[in-house]
Amino acid sequence: MLFKVQRYNPETDKKPYMQEYHLDDVTSGMMLRDALLKIKESDETLSFRHSCGEGVCGSDALNINGKNGLGCLTPLSELKEPIEVRPVPGMPIIRDLVVDMTQFFHHYRAVKPYLTVHDPMPEVELAQTPEERDKLDGLYECILCGCCTTSCPSFWWNPDKFRGPAALLQAYRFLADSRDQATDERLQDLDGPYRMFRCHTIMNCVNVCPKELNPTKAIHHIKQMMIKEMV
Amino acid sequence: MNIAKRKFDVLVIGAGGGGLRSSLQLSQAEAKVAVVSKVFPTRSHTVAAQGGMNAALANVSPDNWHWHMFDTVKGSDYLGDQDAIEYMCRAASHLVYELEHQGVPFSRLENGKIYQRPFGGQSQNFGGEQAARTCAAADRTGHAILHSLYQQNIRAKTHFFDEFFAIDLIRADDGMILGALVLEIETGEPLIIEAKTTLLATGGVGQLFRTNTNARINTGDGLGMALRAGIPLEDMEFFQFHPTGIAGRGMLITEGARGEGGFLVNKDGERFMERYAPHAKDLASRDVVSRAISTEVREGRGCGENSDHVMLKLDHLGKEVLAKRLPGISSMVKTFLGIDPAEQSIPVFPTAHYTMGGIPTNKVGQVVVPVEQGEESVQGLYAVGECACVSVHGANRLGGNSLLDIVVFGRAAGNHIIDFLKDNRYHRPLEEQGLDMAMERLARWDKKGQGETVANIKYELQSIMEEYCGVFRTQDVLDKGLEKVLEIEQRMADVRLQDHSKTFNTARIEALELENLVDLAIATVASAAKRHESRGAHSRIDYPDRDDARWLKHSLYYKKENHIEYKPVRLKAMTVDTFPPKERVY
Repeated sequence: MLFKVQRYNPETDKKPYMQEYHLDDVTSGMMLRDALLKIKESDETLSFRHSCGEGVCGSDALNINGKNGLGCLTPLSELKEPIEVRPVPGMPIIRDLVVDMTQFFHHYRAVKPYLTVHDPMPEVELAQTPEERDKLDGLYECILCGCCTTSCPSFWWNPDKFRGPAALLQAYRFLADSRDQATDERLQDLDGPYRMFRCHTIMNCVNVCPKELNPTKAIHHIKQMMIKEMV
Repeated sequence: MNIAKRKFDVLVIGAGGGGLRSSLQLSQAEAKVAVVSKVFPTRSHTVAAQGGMNAALANVSPDNWHWHMFDTVKGSDYLGDQDAIEYMCRAASHLVYELEHQGVPFSRLENGKIYQRPFGGQSQNFGGEQAARTCAAADRTGHAILHSLYQQNIRAKTHFFDEFFAIDLIRADDGMILGALVLEIETGEPLIIEAKTTLLATGGVGQLFRTNTNARINTGDGLGMALRAGIPLEDMEFFQFHPTGIAGRGMLITEGARGEGGFLVNKDGERFMERYAPHAKDLASRDVVSRAISTEVREGRGCGENSDHVMLKLDHLGKEVLAKRLPGISSMVKTFLGIDPAEQSIPVFPTAHYTMGGIPTNKVGQVVVPVEQGEESVQGLYAVGECACVSVHGANRLGGNSLLDIVVFGRAAGNHIIDFLKDNRYHRPLEEQGLDMAMERLARWDKKGQGETVANIKYELQSIMEEYCGVFRTQDVLDKGLEKVLEIEQRMADVRLQDHSKTFNTARIEALELENLVDLAIATVASAAKRHESRGAHSRIDYPDRDDARWLKHSLYYKKENHIEYKPVRLKAMTVDTFPPKERVY
């Protein structure tokens, strides 16, 4: 199987280039991450992030044949050869497939992604009905891999101002939580032309999310909440 | 030496649940905390915990902490320290409520309370009916807890050093720990972090075994650092094999799958756990179920072409239960096996999962070492979570007790450090020679030339551990295993890196991790070869019985000369009567 992997080491390379690798012993059920690990066995200079191997840690977001996804959840059998692997787009490259995620996490922290309750806490759990809890499904599962945000043209154009789909999904995860008491502050924080309203429902985020989450829908819900606030 | 230096009150190494619960406590008390993690915090392995966290909330079945304590002591095969177990079980409910207040999206019951499911080894009334004690967020409880704790740390303004790898502790001549030398992975530059106290929360060492449920990062870095600082490791022979890893691949299928009503069958379709644990059946302790599966396979009742696994049956639970309670494993099974658990059974086999042993601590997380009379704490050093051995898990951990362990002792250590800081206002001056060991460790990998590769040695090491230190053990096999891991240790001198660049050099990190793995393999096999009894996860064919008269004691392995000594189990609880060792049946 033929792989073309983007390489870049700032200590030796002026700019990124594609390097070819051949793997003979590809077995059925192998994921792209398994292949990259095999490649690394013969060329340890190839750098990429990875850890859990089962799609829960969010380390190995990659651009695979032009589309963002997790290396560990992408079966080789579903990929056309040559398999082209690049770092996720729109982020500064540190080395090879490793990008600088600083901007991404800045936006995540900026939406105050933590439950805010102003009332005194009870001595037991805050009550929440199963129906209220169901509203968090499809939101809390985000693994912060960055596949969505780095596939979003609005983010590419305004990476410093537009929060991006991952952060906005998190914003809605707390807006949707029946226990949270910071709705007004959260909505005000997202107002203005950039932070949320740069979303043009291109829906790349939905298309690439390895956890099958839907940031576009979350953004739509936030907009509805804002309209409700206004009337 | 011209190395950059930072100064904090507290250095926390590791950003899983244990580290983050500690740092949260400390940041909220306005201590200056640095959390160093070799991966971005939410990549830590706590994220992969599925089934849940035990606490006697009694939301589903009658329950109290004392029953939970009994189950934990019994589950530990009486090797757990009963004061620490009482402390943990008493604190459990409060800690779950606290997590809920911190935002954890627990699943809910109709009355709005936290959902709880049955898990292995849980009983009502000291060994009676099955209890439902495991608080769950579907089957993504670890993810929910880790993210919430990280989020609360953002709020508390904890200082994070993401993608920094800890090389070694910095030790003063009198043994006090003054911080650590760490390596910034992105730049390859070393950094000294000075701290009045250092807390290790680096997790377990599942990567010792070829097939494991663990992430690649679980290489026991904190355990290795402790060993090199002259600190012994406790009970390393006790390594948990989870009964239901996906056969041949290792991904974890939560015990919650059996808690929700799933069960195991052999090639004859027989529900074989009824023979091994007539009362608890599939919800017996993990050691019991893992041995049962291994026995079925050894005796020729395994499934598949090679008769090398058994099947976990969930198809009778219905699509709705699977979607609601077990969505994570359902989707994982679809991705990796291409089957729908609502229609087909899952091939499973016992898989290396959890390090019961670790850095010896007391119940406030202080690292303790033996002295002539009893033990004393190592000044300035704490450890919590899977890298620590309090010991609340003894010879076998109960499912649902590890998420509990990390938050209970993470918090307790945080509180104890806050008190320590009140009496220790100033940093001790750092002696440069305290850095020598760490700098040598780094410099070693600058050696150039041809040699053995990290990948090869790691693969061989993992294969040896799997073959010579698995579910069933004998003296012969363990002795051979020890010989082989000691050979590997020799060969480490010939390993060379081909990549000597500084920027994000993951080859160098893997080499440093491998050094830790080799030390821990030796610790594990050496401790196992010495223990001539069967207890919990340590199952000796040549010594099939538990032997309390000779072996009701913790082992302590020292790196120096592979020396092993023993210390008594703390049978005395804090306030309640001791649970005396009894025959353990489920």
